[in-house]
Amino acid sequence: MSAALGVFLALFVLVTGLGFWASRWRPGDLNLLSEWGLGGRRFGSFVTWFLLGGDLYTAYTFIAVPALVFGQGALGFFALPYTIVMYPVMFMIMPRLWTIARDRGYVTAADFVEHKFDCRMLGLLVAITGILATMPYIALQLVGLQVVLAALHIGGSGTWADAPLVIAFVILAAYTYTGGLRAPALIAIVKDLLIYTTVLTAIIVIPAHLGGWAGIFGRIPAAKLTFPAPPPHSTGIYSGYATLALGSALALMMYPHTITGVLGAKSAGVVQRNAVFLPAYSFILGLLALFGYMAYVAHVNTLPQFQAGFKAYGPSYAVPALLMRFLPPWFVGFAFAAIAIGALVPAAIMSVAAANLFTRNIYKAFLNPGVSERGEARTAKIASLFVKVGALAFVLGVPEKYAIMLQLLGGIWIIQTFPAIVIGLYTRWPHRYALVLGWLAGMAAGTGMAASLSFKGVIYPLVIAGHTFPAYAALYALVVNLAVVMVATWVFNVLHIGAGQDGTLEAQPRGA
Amino acid sequence: MSASASRWPYLLLVIPFLGTLYVPLYDHVQPTILGFPFFYWYQLAWVPVSVLLTGIVYRLGRGADSADEAGS
Repeated sequence: MSAALGVFLALFVLVTGLGFWASRWRPGDLNLLSEWGLGGRRFGSFVTWFLLGGDLYTAYTFIAVPALVFGQGALGFFALPYTIVMYPVMFMIMPRLWTIARDRGYVTAADFVEHKFDCRMLGLLVAITGILATMPYIALQLVGLQVVLAALHIGGSGTWADAPLVIAFVILAAYTYTGGLRAPALIAIVKDLLIYTTVLTAIIVIPAHLGGWAGIFGRIPAAKLTFPAPPPHSTGIYSGYATLALGSALALMMYPHTITGVLGAKSAGVVQRNAVFLPAYSFILGLLALFGYMAYVAHVNTLPQFQAGFKAYGPSYAVPALLMRFLPPWFVGFAFAAIAIGALVPAAIMSVAAANLFTRNIYKAFLNPGVSERGEARTAKIASLFVKVGALAFVLGVPEKYAIMLQLLGGIWIIQTFPAIVIGLYTRWPHRYALVLGWLAGMAAGTGMAASLSFKGVIYPLVIAGHTFPAYAALYALVVNLAVVMVATWVFNVLHIGAGQDGTLEAQPRGA
Repeated sequence: MSASASRWPYLLLVIPFLGTLYVPLYDHVQPTILGFPFFYWYQLAWVPVSVLLTGIVYRLGRGADSADEAGS
C-alpha cells in the first residue's frame, strides 16, 4: 500500500468514527425532527462556522473553481466576488429567518413560506424546488470524491470499479441516519483543519517550484489573465462576470443546505457573527482558484502519468494532478482526504436538508397531516437514505456532464424561491397566488434561457434595441418572476381574491 | 428595536457590491503586488474589507439586537 493511500485511509477511518460518535455528542432526543434535522438548534458560533464553511465551500467547489481557472482563466475567479457579496445578503436576511423559525418551530424555509402566506401549495413548490436543486448538487460532490479515488488508484476494474465510492457513501448514509446534522457538524471541524493545512502548504511549496507568483502569472497568456474590453453595443463579459457572482450568491442563500446550516445555530447573533467571519474561507478559495494557473504553468495535462486522469475527468483533474506532481506521497494522501471529506460533509447536510423538506412540506403537509413528532423524525431518516441512493445511482448511471447541466439548472431554479422567502421576511404584500405564478414564470423563463444555450452555459445574451447585455440567466429569470409577482398581486387584490392569514402571527407557537 | 437611527449602518453592506461587481474598475494587470496582477489582488483584498464592513455593522447593531440574544 502506498504512503498516499495509507494516510488517506487512516483519515477516512478517523472521520467515520467521529461520524458514528456524533449521535452521542451534545445528546438530544434524536427521535425529534428538530434534533435530528437541525442538531437541536444548539450550535454556537464556533461549530456553526465550521458547519457552514463545510457546507458552502464544497469539495466540488475546490475541484471545479481551479478547473475553471485552468481552462478559462479570469472567468473562474468569479467565485471570489460571489463569496464576498454573499455575506452581506446573509447578514441581512438570515437572522430574521432564524428568529421566526425558532419562535414557530419551523425546520425548513418552506415551513415559513407555507404559514406566512397561508398556502400549502407555495410551501410545496419551495420544497420541490429545493429538492430538485439539491439532488444534482449531491451528485457533484460524489464526482469530486470519484476524482480523488481515481487519482489514488483505489478501485478495481469491471463490476468492482465503483465499489470504493459505494462503500464511502454507504458509511456516510449510515452515520447521517443515526446522527443527523450532528454528524457533518463534527466532521466539518476535521475537514477544515485538513483543507486549511493543505491549501496553506501547497500555496507555499508549489509556487517555489514554478518561479514564484511572478513566474506563474508571467506565463499565463494575457487573454486568460484579464477580460477583453466589451465589443461595441455590448456589456460583454463584464456583465456576465458580475451577474454570475451576484446571482450565484443569491441562489446559494436559498439552497436548502444553507438554510439548514443557518437554522442549526443557537441564536440570531451566532448567524450574524458567522456572516462576519465566514469570508475567511473566501480568501482560501481565492488562493485555491489560482491552483488552476499553477496547473496550467506546470503543464500537468501533458505529463504522461496524468493522461488517463485528464481523459476521464477533464479539467477537474487539474488540482489532483498538480498536488501529485509537486507534493510528497504522504501529503497527497492528506490532501486527497481533505477533498474527499470535503465532499462528505456537504453531501450529508444536503441529504438532511432535502429529507427535512420532504418530511415537513410533502409528507406532513399532504400525505399524513396527523404524523407524530417521532413519525416525522423517522420519515426524515428514511428520506435521507433515499436521497443519497438517488444521487449515487445518478452518478454511476448518468454521464458527469448531465450532473453539471442539472447543477447549472438547479441554480436557476432555486433562485425562483427568493421572492417567497426573502420578501416574505419583510412584508406580506405579495399575494400568495401571485408568488405561485411568479415561480412558474421564473422557472419557465430560466429553463427556456438555459435550453437556448443548449444547457451548456448560463450567460444569456439579452438583446434590447440593438444592445447586448449578457447576464446570468438565473437573474433574468428572477426579474421575470418578480415582475409577474407585482402585476399578479395587483390583479388578485383588485379581484378581491383572499390572501389568507399570516400564520407567523398566531398567538400559539407550534412548539419546537 | 428602538430607533430607526440603528438602521443606517446597513448601508455599509452595499459597498462590497459596488467594489466587486463593477468589473471595469479592476480588469487590468497593472499595478502588480508580489507578482499578483491587479485583477487578482484587488478582489482578494475585498475579503478583509468586507469582513471589516460587516463587522462594523454588527458592532453598531448589537444594541438593537441584544434583546433577541437574551431571549434565546
